[in-house]
Amino acid sequence: MALTYLFVGIGGVIGAILRYTVGLLFQHIWNGAFPLPTLTINLIGCFILGWLTSYAGRRNILPPYVMTGITTGIIGSFTTFSTFSVETVQLFQSSQWLLAMLYLALSCILGLAFASIGYTLGKKDKQRGISK
Amino acid sequence: MLVGIGGFAGAIVRFVMTSIGKRKFSILFPVATLLINVTGSFLLGFLYGGHFQQTWMLLFGTGFMGAYTTFSTYKLENVQLIERKQIRTSILYLAVSYILGISAAFLGITIGSYPHSF
Repeated sequence: MALTYLFVGIGGVIGAILRYTVGLLFQHIWNGAFPLPTLTINLIGCFILGWLTSYAGRRNILPPYVMTGITTGIIGSFTTFSTFSVETVQLFQSSQWLLAMLYLALSCILGLAFASIGYTLGKKDKQRGISK
Repeated sequence: MLVGIGGFAGAIVRFVMTSIGKRKFSILFPVATLLINVTGSFLLGFLYGGHFQQTWMLLFGTGFMGAYTTFSTYKLENVQLIERKQIRTSILYLAVSYILGISAAFLGITIGSYPHSF
């Protein structure tokens, strides 16, 4: 159990630094008002977590504490909800209503879609593996 | 470095809270993730509103709050609710998270920037 905490913590370090790095990289290619970096990070995370949960989660490829370290630790920390909320408020406060609504809608719909696609793909792979 | 330390602590606190949440509440509604995302949104808003030094922002903001709150788990929980045909719960969870999360961030920014308004 203590090992799981350690792995989640290490995963948290990796996930947070990855998010920070991706954010820095985006500074060179995106300077628009729309929070594209956070949206991209969150959507990538949704897809990977969905896929991992359905694919690797039921296969016992890795010890449970390593899996929790990757899913809860890395992916959970890579994606963020607090930054999303603050960015939405900042868009509203600078009267960019349309962008704020667009951000909210895209995060809601695409987030679900990416998680769902990842989850479904992971399951398909699993069925194919069994039928072989 | 600061982001990493914050991330380490944030991820562990989230893990502890979701573990308790799964034990104490029914799995039908992800109370823990909701609570985490709403409180994290408030606190990050507070940090932004307070215009803290960059060191504190990287440690507590980008590091801790970023890792403590999670978007991927939130969406995955929704997908799993939909898979179990809990459509109504899923819509409720989606709406409540966004409404409370954004309201909490707004409240945090307002309270955080209050001392500056004098």
